[in-house]
Amino acid sequence: MQRIKERIIEITLALAAVITILTTIGIIWVLFSQTIDFFSEVSILDFLTDTQWTPLFADKHFGILPLVAGTFLTTFIAILVALPVGLTIAVYLNEYAPKSFRKIIKPLLEILAAVPTVVYGFFALSVVTPFLQMLIPGMSGFNALSAGIVMGIMIIPLITSLSEDALFAVPKALREASYGMGSTRLQTAFKVMVPAASSGIIVSVILGISRAVGETMIVAIAAGQQPRLTLNPLVPIETITTYIVQVSTGDVAHGSLEYRTIFAAGMALFVFTFILNNISHWVKKKFQEKYE
Amino acid sequence: MNSAKKNRLKDNAFKYFGIGCTMFGLAMLAVFIGNILMEGFTRIDWDFITNFPSRIPAKAGILPALIGTLWIMVLTAIISIPLGIAAAIYLEEYGKKSKLANVLEINISNLAGVPSIIYGLLGLEIFGRIMGMGGSLLAGASTLSLLILPIIIVSTREALKAVPKSIKEASFALGASKWQTISYQLLPASFGGIITGIILALSRAVGETAPLIVIGALAYVPFVPTSPTDEFSVLPIQIFNWISRPQKGFAINAASAIIILLLVTFILNGIAMYLRNRWQKKVKW
Repeated sequence: MQRIKERIIEITLALAAVITILTTIGIIWVLFSQTIDFFSEVSILDFLTDTQWTPLFADKHFGILPLVAGTFLTTFIAILVALPVGLTIAVYLNEYAPKSFRKIIKPLLEILAAVPTVVYGFFALSVVTPFLQMLIPGMSGFNALSAGIVMGIMIIPLITSLSEDALFAVPKALREASYGMGSTRLQTAFKVMVPAASSGIIVSVILGISRAVGETMIVAIAAGQQPRLTLNPLVPIETITTYIVQVSTGDVAHGSLEYRTIFAAGMALFVFTFILNNISHWVKKKFQEKYE
Repeated sequence: MNSAKKNRLKDNAFKYFGIGCTMFGLAMLAVFIGNILMEGFTRIDWDFITNFPSRIPAKAGILPALIGTLWIMVLTAIISIPLGIAAAIYLEEYGKKSKLANVLEINISNLAGVPSIIYGLLGLEIFGRIMGMGGSLLAGASTLSLLILPIIIVSTREALKAVPKSIKEASFALGASKWQTISYQLLPASFGGIITGIILALSRAVGETAPLIVIGALAYVPFVPTSPTDEFSVLPIQIFNWISRPQKGFAINAASAIIILLLVTFILNGIAMYLRNRWQKKVKW
Protein backbone atom coordinates (compact mmCIF):
# COMPACT_ATOMS: atom_id res chain seq x y z
CA MET A 1 0.00 0.00 0.00
CA GLN A 2 2.76 2.36 1.03
CA ARG A 3 4.67 1.53 -2.13
CA ILE A 4 1.67 2.29 -4.35
CA LYS A 5 1.21 5.59 -2.62
CA GLU A 6 4.85 6.48 -3.14
CA ARG A 7 4.57 5.58 -6.80
CA ILE A 8 1.48 7.74 -7.28
CA ILE A 9 3.25 10.68 -5.65
CA GLU A 10 6.27 10.27 -7.89
CA ILE A 11 4.12 10.18 -11.02
CA THR A 12 2.19 13.26 -9.90
CA LEU A 13 5.42 15.17 -9.34
CA ALA A 14 6.76 14.05 -12.71
CA LEU A 15 3.59 15.31 -14.39
CA ALA A 16 4.14 18.75 -12.90
CA ALA A 17 7.67 18.74 -14.30
CA VAL A 18 6.42 17.66 -17.71
CA ILE A 19 4.31 20.84 -17.91
CA THR A 20 7.52 22.71 -18.67
CA ILE A 21 8.07 20.49 -21.70
CA LEU A 22 4.49 21.02 -22.78
CA THR A 23 5.13 24.77 -22.54
CA THR A 24 8.02 24.53 -24.96
CA ILE A 25 6.05 22.31 -27.31
CA GLY A 26 3.14 24.76 -27.05
CA ILE A 27 5.31 27.75 -27.92
CA ILE A 28 6.89 26.04 -30.90
CA TRP A 29 3.58 24.66 -32.13
CA VAL A 30 1.73 27.97 -31.84
CA LEU A 31 4.50 29.92 -33.57
CA PHE A 32 4.98 27.30 -36.30
CA SER A 33 1.34 26.72 -37.16
CA GLN A 34 0.53 30.42 -37.43
CA THR A 35 3.74 31.22 -39.28
CA ILE A 36 3.07 28.47 -41.83
CA ASP A 37 -0.38 29.94 -42.44
CA PHE A 38 1.29 33.31 -42.80
CA PHE A 39 3.72 32.03 -45.41
CA SER A 40 0.90 30.51 -47.42
CA GLU A 41 -0.09 34.10 -48.19
CA VAL A 42 3.26 35.89 -48.12
CA SER A 43 6.39 34.53 -49.76
CA ILE A 44 9.35 33.82 -47.51
CA LEU A 45 11.59 35.68 -49.92
CA ASP A 46 9.53 38.87 -49.51
CA PHE A 47 9.54 38.40 -45.75
CA LEU A 48 13.32 38.19 -45.63
CA THR A 49 14.29 40.71 -48.31
CA ASP A 50 11.57 43.35 -48.65
CA THR A 51 12.73 46.58 -47.04
CA GLN A 52 9.29 47.76 -45.95
CA TRP A 53 7.00 46.53 -43.18
CA THR A 54 3.50 47.92 -43.64
CA PRO A 55 1.00 45.14 -42.86
CA LEU A 56 -1.50 47.56 -41.36
CA PHE A 57 -1.58 49.90 -44.39
CA ALA A 58 -3.48 49.64 -47.66
CA ASP A 59 -0.25 49.06 -49.58
CA LYS A 60 0.94 45.99 -47.70
CA HIS A 61 4.60 45.02 -47.49
CA PHE A 62 5.87 42.22 -45.28
CA GLY A 63 9.62 42.71 -45.05
CA ILE A 64 10.88 41.90 -41.55
CA LEU A 65 14.20 43.76 -42.10
CA PRO A 66 13.07 47.15 -40.73
CA LEU A 67 11.89 45.50 -37.49
CA VAL A 68 15.11 43.50 -37.24
CA ALA A 69 17.15 46.65 -37.84
CA GLY A 70 15.23 48.47 -35.10
CA THR A 71 15.74 45.58 -32.69
CA PHE A 72 19.46 45.40 -33.36
CA LEU A 73 19.92 49.14 -33.14
CA THR A 74 18.36 49.42 -29.68
CA THR A 75 20.14 46.25 -28.53
CA PHE A 76 23.50 47.54 -29.76
CA ILE A 77 23.08 50.84 -27.91
CA ALA A 78 21.99 48.99 -24.76
CA ILE A 79 25.07 46.75 -24.76
CA LEU A 80 27.30 49.74 -25.50
CA VAL A 81 26.07 51.21 -22.20
CA ALA A 82 25.73 48.04 -20.13
CA LEU A 83 28.91 46.16 -20.96
CA PRO A 84 31.54 48.77 -19.97
CA VAL A 85 29.61 50.02 -16.96
CA GLY A 86 28.46 46.57 -15.80
CA LEU A 87 31.87 44.95 -16.18
CA THR A 88 33.67 47.87 -14.51
CA ILE A 89 31.32 47.65 -11.53
CA ALA A 90 31.91 43.90 -11.32
CA VAL A 91 35.70 44.32 -11.41
CA TYR A 92 35.58 47.20 -8.96
CA LEU A 93 33.39 45.33 -6.47
CA ASN A 94 35.47 42.17 -6.73
CA GLU A 95 39.02 43.62 -6.79
CA TYR A 96 38.89 47.04 -5.18
CA ALA A 97 35.87 47.67 -2.99
CA PRO A 98 35.93 46.91 0.73
CA LYS A 99 33.55 44.14 1.79
CA SER A 100 31.24 46.46 3.68
CA PHE A 101 30.78 48.65 0.59
CA ARG A 102 29.94 45.59 -1.50
CA LYS A 103 27.34 44.51 1.02
CA ILE A 104 25.48 47.81 0.63
CA ILE A 105 25.89 48.20 -3.13
CA LYS A 106 24.79 44.77 -4.27
CA PRO A 107 21.23 44.89 -2.91
CA LEU A 108 20.88 48.46 -4.24
CA LEU A 109 21.84 47.31 -7.72
CA GLU A 110 19.40 44.44 -7.34
CA ILE A 111 16.66 47.04 -6.93
CA LEU A 112 17.47 48.27 -10.45
CA ALA A 113 16.79 44.75 -11.68
CA ALA A 114 13.47 44.50 -9.81
CA VAL A 115 11.91 47.61 -11.35
CA PRO A 116 9.15 46.70 -13.85
CA THR A 117 10.13 47.55 -17.42
CA VAL A 118 7.08 49.75 -18.03
CA VAL A 119 8.56 52.05 -15.39
CA TYR A 120 11.85 52.20 -17.30
CA GLY A 121 9.85 53.13 -20.37
CA PHE A 122 8.31 56.07 -18.55
CA PHE A 123 11.77 57.12 -17.39
CA ALA A 124 13.12 56.98 -20.97
CA LEU A 125 10.28 59.02 -22.39
CA SER A 126 9.90 61.64 -19.67
CA VAL A 127 13.47 62.12 -18.40
CA VAL A 128 16.12 60.76 -20.77
CA THR A 129 14.57 61.89 -24.05
CA PRO A 130 14.03 65.55 -22.97
CA PHE A 131 17.58 65.56 -21.57
CA LEU A 132 19.06 64.23 -24.82
CA GLN A 133 16.98 66.69 -26.83
CA MET A 134 18.76 69.50 -25.02
CA LEU A 135 22.11 68.04 -26.10
CA ILE A 136 21.08 67.02 -29.60
CA PRO A 137 18.67 69.56 -31.05
CA GLY A 138 16.36 68.15 -33.67
CA MET A 139 16.21 64.71 -32.12
CA SER A 140 12.79 63.15 -32.43
CA GLY A 141 10.62 62.61 -29.34
CA PHE A 142 10.65 58.88 -30.06
CA ASN A 143 14.07 57.43 -30.85
CA ALA A 144 16.29 54.39 -30.51
CA LEU A 145 19.00 56.24 -28.56
CA SER A 146 16.99 57.04 -25.46
CA ALA A 147 15.30 53.62 -25.38
CA GLY A 148 18.64 51.90 -25.90
CA ILE A 149 20.40 53.82 -23.13
CA VAL A 150 17.66 53.09 -20.62
CA MET A 151 17.58 49.45 -21.67
CA GLY A 152 21.35 49.44 -21.04
CA ILE A 153 20.79 50.76 -17.52
CA MET A 154 18.26 47.99 -16.98
CA ILE A 155 20.77 45.34 -18.11
CA ILE A 156 23.69 46.64 -15.96
CA PRO A 157 22.69 44.56 -12.87
CA LEU A 158 22.45 41.40 -15.00
CA ILE A 159 25.95 41.85 -16.45
CA THR A 160 27.39 42.96 -13.11
CA SER A 161 26.03 40.07 -11.10
CA LEU A 162 26.89 37.33 -13.61
CA SER A 163 30.38 38.76 -14.26
CA GLU A 164 30.98 39.13 -10.56
CA ASP A 165 30.03 35.52 -9.95
CA ALA A 166 32.49 34.51 -12.67
CA LEU A 167 35.28 36.67 -11.18
CA PHE A 168 34.53 35.36 -7.71
CA ALA A 169 34.85 31.78 -8.92
CA VAL A 170 38.45 32.35 -10.04
CA PRO A 171 40.72 30.71 -7.43
CA LYS A 172 42.34 33.12 -4.99
CA ALA A 173 45.74 31.56 -5.72
CA LEU A 174 45.80 33.16 -9.17
CA ARG A 175 45.24 36.62 -7.76
CA GLU A 176 47.79 36.12 -5.04
CA ALA A 177 50.37 34.82 -7.52
CA SER A 178 49.82 37.95 -9.59
CA TYR A 179 50.27 40.20 -6.56
CA GLY A 180 53.32 38.17 -5.65
CA MET A 181 54.84 39.10 -9.00
CA GLY A 182 54.41 42.74 -8.08
CA SER A 183 51.36 43.51 -10.25
CA THR A 184 49.02 46.32 -9.37
CA ARG A 185 45.33 45.65 -8.76
CA LEU A 186 44.52 46.93 -12.24
CA GLN A 187 47.02 44.60 -13.89
CA THR A 188 45.78 41.70 -11.80
CA ALA A 189 42.19 42.49 -12.67
CA PHE A 190 42.54 42.80 -16.44
CA LYS A 191 45.50 40.53 -17.17
CA VAL A 192 44.67 37.66 -14.80
CA MET A 193 41.16 37.74 -13.35
CA VAL A 194 39.13 38.90 -16.37
CA PRO A 195 40.82 36.47 -18.80
CA ALA A 196 40.35 33.64 -16.29
CA ALA A 197 36.67 34.53 -15.93
CA SER A 198 36.17 35.29 -19.62
CA SER A 199 33.70 32.48 -20.32
CA GLY A 200 31.41 33.67 -17.54
CA ILE A 201 31.70 37.26 -18.72
CA ILE A 202 30.92 36.30 -22.31
CA VAL A 203 27.87 34.40 -21.08
CA SER A 204 26.71 37.48 -19.18
CA VAL A 205 26.99 39.61 -22.32
CA ILE A 206 25.15 37.11 -24.49
CA LEU A 207 22.35 36.84 -21.93
CA GLY A 208 22.28 40.64 -21.81
CA ILE A 209 21.89 40.77 -25.60
CA SER A 210 19.16 38.16 -25.46
CA ARG A 211 17.37 40.15 -22.77
CA ALA A 212 17.61 43.35 -24.83
CA VAL A 213 16.34 41.67 -28.00
CA GLY A 214 13.25 40.40 -26.17
CA GLU A 215 12.63 43.56 -24.14
CA THR A 216 9.29 45.07 -25.00
CA MET A 217 7.89 47.89 -22.91
CA ILE A 218 10.86 50.29 -22.95
CA VAL A 219 11.06 50.28 -26.72
CA ALA A 220 7.29 50.26 -27.16
CA ILE A 221 7.05 53.44 -25.09
CA ALA A 222 10.19 55.35 -26.04
CA ALA A 223 11.43 54.17 -29.45
CA GLY A 224 8.32 54.82 -31.49
CA GLN A 225 6.15 52.69 -33.73
CA GLN A 226 7.52 53.44 -37.19
CA PRO A 227 9.24 50.51 -38.91
CA ARG A 228 12.20 51.99 -40.70
CA LEU A 229 15.32 50.43 -42.19
CA THR A 230 17.89 52.74 -40.66
CA LEU A 231 20.82 52.85 -38.28
CA ASN A 232 20.12 56.45 -37.28
CA PRO A 233 19.47 56.40 -33.52
CA LEU A 234 17.74 59.81 -33.52
CA VAL A 235 14.56 58.95 -35.41
CA PRO A 236 11.54 56.83 -34.45
CA ILE A 237 11.92 53.14 -35.29
CA GLU A 238 10.04 49.97 -34.42
CA THR A 239 11.33 46.74 -32.91
CA ILE A 240 9.89 43.25 -33.39
CA THR A 241 8.45 43.28 -29.88
CA THR A 242 6.89 46.73 -30.30
CA TYR A 243 5.10 45.59 -33.45
CA ILE A 244 3.51 42.71 -31.54
CA VAL A 245 2.33 45.13 -28.84
CA GLN A 246 1.09 47.61 -31.44
CA VAL A 247 -1.10 45.01 -33.12
CA SER A 248 -2.28 43.58 -29.77
CA THR A 249 -3.52 46.96 -28.53
CA GLY A 250 -5.47 47.55 -31.73
CA ASP A 251 -8.47 45.79 -33.21
CA VAL A 252 -7.26 42.92 -35.35
CA ALA A 253 -9.57 40.00 -36.12
CA HIS A 254 -8.54 36.45 -35.20
CA GLY A 255 -7.37 34.47 -38.19
CA SER A 256 -6.72 37.50 -40.40
CA LEU A 257 -3.38 38.01 -42.11
CA GLU A 258 -2.59 40.93 -39.81
CA TYR A 259 -3.22 38.63 -36.83
CA ARG A 260 -0.76 36.11 -38.22
CA THR A 261 1.94 38.71 -38.73
CA ILE A 262 2.49 38.92 -34.97
CA PHE A 263 3.21 35.20 -34.87
CA ALA A 264 5.63 35.48 -37.78
CA ALA A 265 7.31 38.37 -35.98
CA GLY A 266 7.27 36.31 -32.76
CA MET A 267 8.88 33.43 -34.61
CA ALA A 268 11.73 35.68 -35.76
CA LEU A 269 12.18 36.90 -32.19
CA PHE A 270 12.08 33.36 -30.80
CA VAL A 271 14.71 32.18 -33.28
CA PHE A 272 17.07 35.04 -32.36
CA THR A 273 16.82 34.52 -28.62
CA PHE A 274 16.96 30.73 -28.97
CA ILE A 275 20.24 30.97 -30.90
CA LEU A 276 21.70 33.44 -28.39
CA ASN A 277 20.69 31.32 -25.38
CA ASN A 278 22.18 28.21 -26.90
CA ILE A 279 25.44 29.96 -27.73
CA SER A 280 25.63 30.97 -24.08
CA HIS A 281 25.04 27.38 -22.90
CA TRP A 282 27.67 26.20 -25.34
CA VAL A 283 30.22 28.78 -24.20
CA LYS A 284 29.49 27.94 -20.59
CA LYS A 285 30.07 24.23 -21.17
CA LYS A 286 32.98 24.43 -23.59
CA PHE A 287 35.13 27.17 -22.16
CA GLN A 288 34.55 26.86 -18.48
CA GLU A 289 38.07 26.71 -17.10
CA LYS A 290 38.46 24.01 -14.52
CA TYR A 291 40.62 24.76 -11.55
CA GLU A 292 41.35 22.05 -9.10
CA MET B 1 57.93 59.08 -14.28
CA ASN B 2 59.02 55.47 -13.93
CA SER B 3 56.75 52.62 -14.88
CA ALA B 4 55.93 51.57 -11.33
CA LYS B 5 54.59 55.03 -10.62
CA LYS B 6 52.68 55.05 -13.88
CA ASN B 7 51.12 51.72 -13.04
CA ARG B 8 50.10 52.92 -9.63
CA LEU B 9 48.56 55.99 -11.18
CA LYS B 10 46.58 53.90 -13.65
CA ASP B 11 45.54 51.62 -10.81
CA ASN B 12 44.16 54.54 -8.84
CA ALA B 13 42.51 56.02 -11.92
CA PHE B 14 40.62 52.81 -12.44
CA LYS B 15 39.57 52.75 -8.83
CA TYR B 16 37.87 56.11 -9.21
CA PHE B 17 36.43 55.07 -12.56
CA GLY B 18 34.98 52.02 -10.81
CA ILE B 19 33.47 54.15 -8.06
CA GLY B 20 32.14 56.48 -10.77
CA CYS B 21 30.44 53.64 -12.66
CA THR B 22 28.89 52.24 -9.49
CA MET B 23 27.66 55.69 -8.57
CA PHE B 24 26.28 56.14 -12.09
CA GLY B 25 24.05 53.12 -11.55
CA LEU B 26 22.92 54.37 -8.15
CA ALA B 27 22.50 57.96 -9.37
CA MET B 28 20.23 56.72 -12.15
CA LEU B 29 18.16 54.88 -9.56
CA ALA B 30 17.96 58.06 -7.46
CA VAL B 31 17.06 60.37 -10.39
CA PHE B 32 14.56 57.84 -11.49
CA ILE B 33 12.75 57.48 -8.18
CA GLY B 34 13.10 61.19 -7.39
CA ASN B 35 11.58 62.20 -10.70
CA ILE B 36 8.66 59.84 -10.34
CA LEU B 37 7.96 60.93 -6.76
CA MET B 38 8.09 64.60 -7.76
CA GLU B 39 5.76 64.15 -10.70
CA GLY B 40 3.35 61.71 -9.20
CA PHE B 41 3.22 62.20 -5.48
CA THR B 42 0.81 65.15 -5.44
CA ARG B 43 -1.77 63.19 -7.39
CA ILE B 44 -2.00 60.30 -4.95
CA ASP B 45 -4.99 60.44 -2.64
CA TRP B 46 -7.83 58.16 -1.68
CA ASP B 47 -9.83 59.17 -4.77
CA PHE B 48 -6.99 58.18 -7.06
CA ILE B 49 -7.05 54.69 -5.58
CA THR B 50 -10.82 54.27 -5.51
CA ASN B 51 -11.81 55.95 -8.80
CA PHE B 52 -12.39 54.33 -12.17
CA PRO B 53 -10.41 55.38 -15.25
CA SER B 54 -11.73 58.49 -16.90
CA ARG B 55 -11.17 60.71 -19.91
CA ILE B 56 -10.47 63.58 -17.55
CA PRO B 57 -7.01 63.05 -16.03
CA ALA B 58 -7.82 64.72 -12.71
CA LYS B 59 -10.77 62.39 -12.12
CA ALA B 60 -9.16 59.17 -13.27
CA GLY B 61 -8.25 56.45 -10.77
CA ILE B 62 -6.67 53.04 -10.67
CA LEU B 63 -9.23 50.94 -8.81
CA PRO B 64 -9.94 48.33 -11.53
CA ALA B 65 -6.24 48.02 -12.41
CA LEU B 66 -5.23 47.66 -8.78
CA ILE B 67 -7.85 45.00 -8.10
CA GLY B 68 -6.86 43.31 -11.37
CA THR B 69 -3.23 43.21 -10.24
CA LEU B 70 -4.25 41.65 -6.91
CA TRP B 71 -6.41 39.06 -8.69
CA ILE B 72 -3.57 38.21 -11.08
CA MET B 73 -1.12 37.90 -8.19
CA VAL B 74 -3.36 35.54 -6.21
CA LEU B 75 -4.39 33.39 -9.18
CA THR B 76 -0.83 33.15 -10.46
CA ALA B 77 0.33 32.09 -7.01
CA ILE B 78 -2.39 29.41 -6.79
CA ILE B 79 -1.44 27.96 -10.17
CA SER B 80 2.32 28.31 -10.17
CA ILE B 81 3.36 27.49 -6.59
CA PRO B 82 2.18 23.85 -6.41
CA LEU B 83 3.35 23.14 -9.96
CA GLY B 84 6.74 24.75 -9.42
CA ILE B 85 7.45 23.06 -6.11
CA ALA B 86 6.27 19.67 -7.38
CA ALA B 87 8.43 19.92 -10.50
CA ALA B 88 11.44 20.99 -8.46
CA ILE B 89 11.02 18.09 -6.00
CA TYR B 90 10.80 15.68 -8.90
CA LEU B 91 13.95 17.01 -10.55
CA GLU B 92 15.96 17.23 -7.35
CA GLU B 93 14.86 14.10 -5.51
CA TYR B 94 13.43 11.60 -7.97
CA GLY B 95 14.55 11.91 -11.55
CA LYS B 96 18.16 12.81 -10.90
CA LYS B 97 19.83 10.61 -13.45
CA SER B 98 16.97 9.68 -15.75
CA LYS B 99 16.86 10.77 -19.38
CA LEU B 100 13.64 12.64 -18.70
CA ALA B 101 15.36 14.71 -16.03
CA ASN B 102 18.14 15.60 -18.42
CA VAL B 103 15.68 16.78 -21.08
CA LEU B 104 13.71 18.69 -18.44
CA GLU B 105 16.83 20.42 -17.23
CA ILE B 106 17.92 21.70 -20.65
CA ASN B 107 14.34 22.64 -21.41
CA ILE B 108 13.89 24.71 -18.25
CA SER B 109 17.05 26.70 -18.80
CA ASN B 110 15.89 27.39 -22.36
CA LEU B 111 12.43 28.47 -21.19
CA ALA B 112 13.98 30.93 -18.75
CA GLY B 113 15.52 32.72 -21.75
CA VAL B 114 12.33 33.02 -23.81
CA PRO B 115 11.15 36.65 -23.99
CA SER B 116 7.98 37.27 -22.01
CA ILE B 117 6.07 38.54 -25.03
CA ILE B 118 6.39 35.07 -26.62
CA TYR B 119 4.54 33.64 -23.60
CA GLY B 120 1.86 36.17 -24.46
CA LEU B 121 1.52 34.69 -27.96
CA LEU B 122 1.33 31.21 -26.40
CA GLY B 123 -1.37 32.34 -23.96
CA LEU B 124 -3.32 34.13 -26.69
CA GLU B 125 -3.63 30.98 -28.79
CA ILE B 126 -3.74 28.19 -26.16
CA PHE B 127 -5.60 29.74 -23.22
CA GLY B 128 -7.42 32.55 -25.01
CA ARG B 129 -8.60 30.84 -28.17
CA ILE B 130 -8.31 27.04 -27.94
CA MET B 131 -9.36 26.77 -24.27
CA GLY B 132 -11.84 29.59 -24.75
CA MET B 133 -10.76 31.78 -21.84
CA GLY B 134 -10.49 34.91 -23.99
CA GLY B 135 -8.89 37.86 -22.27
CA SER B 136 -9.95 36.74 -18.79
CA LEU B 137 -8.05 36.88 -15.49
CA LEU B 138 -7.67 33.12 -15.68
CA ALA B 139 -5.99 33.29 -19.11
CA GLY B 140 -3.67 36.02 -17.84
CA ALA B 141 -2.76 34.19 -14.65
CA SER B 142 -2.18 30.91 -16.53
CA THR B 143 0.14 32.69 -18.98
CA LEU B 144 2.11 34.37 -16.20
CA SER B 145 2.29 31.08 -14.28
CA LEU B 146 4.06 29.42 -17.20
CA LEU B 147 6.33 32.46 -17.41
CA ILE B 148 7.48 32.29 -13.78
CA LEU B 149 7.49 28.49 -13.47
CA PRO B 150 11.19 28.18 -14.48
CA ILE B 151 12.12 30.81 -11.85
CA ILE B 152 10.24 28.97 -9.08
CA ILE B 153 11.66 25.59 -10.12
CA VAL B 154 15.25 26.85 -10.16
CA SER B 155 15.04 28.62 -6.79
CA THR B 156 13.19 25.72 -5.12
CA ARG B 157 15.85 23.31 -6.33
CA GLU B 158 18.57 25.53 -4.91
CA ALA B 159 16.76 25.56 -1.56
CA LEU B 160 16.36 21.77 -1.56
CA LYS B 161 19.99 21.33 -2.53
CA ALA B 162 21.08 23.38 0.49
CA VAL B 163 19.63 20.84 2.95
CA PRO B 164 22.49 18.61 4.14
CA LYS B 165 22.48 14.99 3.09
CA SER B 166 22.76 13.82 6.71
CA ILE B 167 19.20 14.99 7.44
CA LYS B 168 17.87 12.93 4.59
CA GLU B 169 19.91 9.90 5.55
CA ALA B 170 18.87 10.12 9.19
CA SER B 171 15.24 10.15 8.11
CA PHE B 172 15.71 7.11 5.87
CA ALA B 173 17.54 5.34 8.68
CA LEU B 174 14.52 5.79 10.92
CA GLY B 175 12.47 3.96 8.33
CA ALA B 176 10.74 6.88 6.71
CA SER B 177 9.72 6.48 3.09
CA LYS B 178 10.96 8.83 0.39
CA TRP B 179 7.86 10.98 0.42
CA GLN B 180 7.79 11.08 4.23
CA THR B 181 11.39 12.26 4.19
CA ILE B 182 10.55 14.96 1.66
CA SER B 183 7.38 16.20 3.31
CA TYR B 184 8.52 15.99 6.96
CA GLN B 185 12.21 16.87 6.61
CA LEU B 186 13.28 18.44 3.33
CA LEU B 187 10.37 20.81 2.73
CA PRO B 188 10.27 22.29 6.25
CA ALA B 189 14.07 22.63 6.26
CA SER B 190 14.13 24.46 2.94
CA PHE B 191 10.96 26.47 3.48
CA GLY B 192 12.74 29.81 3.79
CA GLY B 193 14.58 29.47 0.52
CA ILE B 194 11.50 28.25 -1.30
CA ILE B 195 9.27 31.07 -0.13
CA THR B 196 11.92 33.68 -1.01
CA GLY B 197 12.10 32.37 -4.58
CA ILE B 198 8.32 32.33 -4.86
CA ILE B 199 7.94 35.93 -3.70
CA LEU B 200 10.60 37.14 -6.13
CA ALA B 201 8.87 35.27 -8.95
CA LEU B 202 5.50 36.80 -8.05
CA SER B 203 7.00 40.26 -7.93
CA ARG B 204 8.20 39.64 -11.47
CA ALA B 205 4.69 38.60 -12.49
CA VAL B 206 3.18 41.75 -10.98
CA GLY B 207 5.43 43.95 -13.13
CA GLU B 208 4.84 42.08 -16.40
CA THR B 209 3.05 44.06 -19.07
CA ALA B 210 3.73 42.70 -22.54
CA PRO B 211 2.31 39.17 -22.24
CA LEU B 212 -0.92 40.48 -20.75
CA ILE B 213 -1.31 43.06 -23.52
CA VAL B 214 -0.85 40.30 -26.07
CA ILE B 215 -3.46 37.97 -24.55
CA GLY B 216 -5.91 40.86 -24.74
CA ALA B 217 -6.10 42.42 -21.30
CA LEU B 218 -7.98 45.69 -21.58
CA ALA B 219 -6.57 49.18 -21.35
CA TYR B 220 -9.87 50.69 -20.29
CA VAL B 221 -11.88 48.81 -17.66
CA PRO B 222 -14.87 50.62 -16.15
CA PHE B 223 -15.68 47.80 -13.70
CA VAL B 224 -14.02 45.85 -10.91
CA PRO B 225 -13.40 42.21 -11.90
CA THR B 226 -15.24 39.89 -9.51
CA SER B 227 -14.51 36.41 -10.84
CA PRO B 228 -11.59 34.68 -12.63
CA THR B 229 -13.53 34.64 -15.88
CA ASP B 230 -13.91 38.44 -15.98
CA GLU B 231 -11.92 40.63 -18.29
CA PHE B 232 -9.39 42.83 -16.59
CA SER B 233 -6.60 45.37 -16.61
CA VAL B 234 -3.52 45.53 -14.39
CA LEU B 235 -1.44 48.43 -13.09
CA PRO B 236 1.37 48.15 -15.67
CA ILE B 237 -1.15 48.22 -18.53
CA GLN B 238 -2.96 51.19 -17.01
CA ILE B 239 0.41 52.95 -16.77
CA PHE B 240 1.28 52.08 -20.36
CA ASN B 241 -2.08 53.39 -21.49
CA TRP B 242 -1.62 56.68 -19.67
CA ILE B 243 1.95 57.12 -20.92
CA SER B 244 0.73 56.68 -24.50
CA ARG B 245 -1.63 59.66 -24.25
CA PRO B 246 -0.47 63.12 -25.24
CA GLN B 247 -2.07 65.15 -22.41
CA LYS B 248 0.26 66.16 -19.58
CA GLY B 249 -2.35 65.21 -16.96
CA PHE B 250 -2.12 61.55 -17.92
CA ALA B 251 1.68 61.59 -17.58
CA ILE B 252 1.20 62.72 -13.97
CA ASN B 253 -1.35 59.95 -13.48
CA ALA B 254 1.14 57.47 -14.90
CA ALA B 255 3.79 58.65 -12.43
CA SER B 256 1.34 58.26 -9.55
CA ALA B 257 0.34 54.77 -10.65
CA ILE B 258 4.05 53.92 -10.97
CA ILE B 259 4.54 54.91 -7.32
CA ILE B 260 1.85 52.42 -6.33
CA LEU B 261 3.31 49.72 -8.58
CA LEU B 262 6.84 50.28 -7.27
CA LEU B 263 5.48 50.16 -3.74
CA VAL B 264 3.98 46.74 -4.42
CA THR B 265 7.16 45.36 -6.07
CA PHE B 266 9.50 46.84 -3.47
CA ILE B 267 7.42 45.51 -0.60
CA LEU B 268 7.47 42.04 -2.17
CA ASN B 269 11.22 42.25 -2.75
CA GLY B 270 11.76 43.58 0.76
CA ILE B 271 9.87 40.66 2.27
CA ALA B 272 11.92 38.26 0.16
CA MET B 273 15.22 39.84 1.22
CA TYR B 274 14.15 39.86 4.87
CA LEU B 275 13.20 36.19 4.77
CA ARG B 276 16.42 35.31 3.00
CA ASN B 277 18.58 37.03 5.60
CA ARG B 278 16.58 35.68 8.50
CA TRP B 279 16.73 32.18 7.17
CA GLN B 280 20.45 32.34 6.51
CA LYS B 281 21.01 33.45 10.09
CA LYS B 282 18.63 31.02 11.72
CA VAL B 283 19.54 27.84 9.93
CA LYS B 284 23.07 26.71 10.56
CA TRP B 285 23.78 23.09 9.86
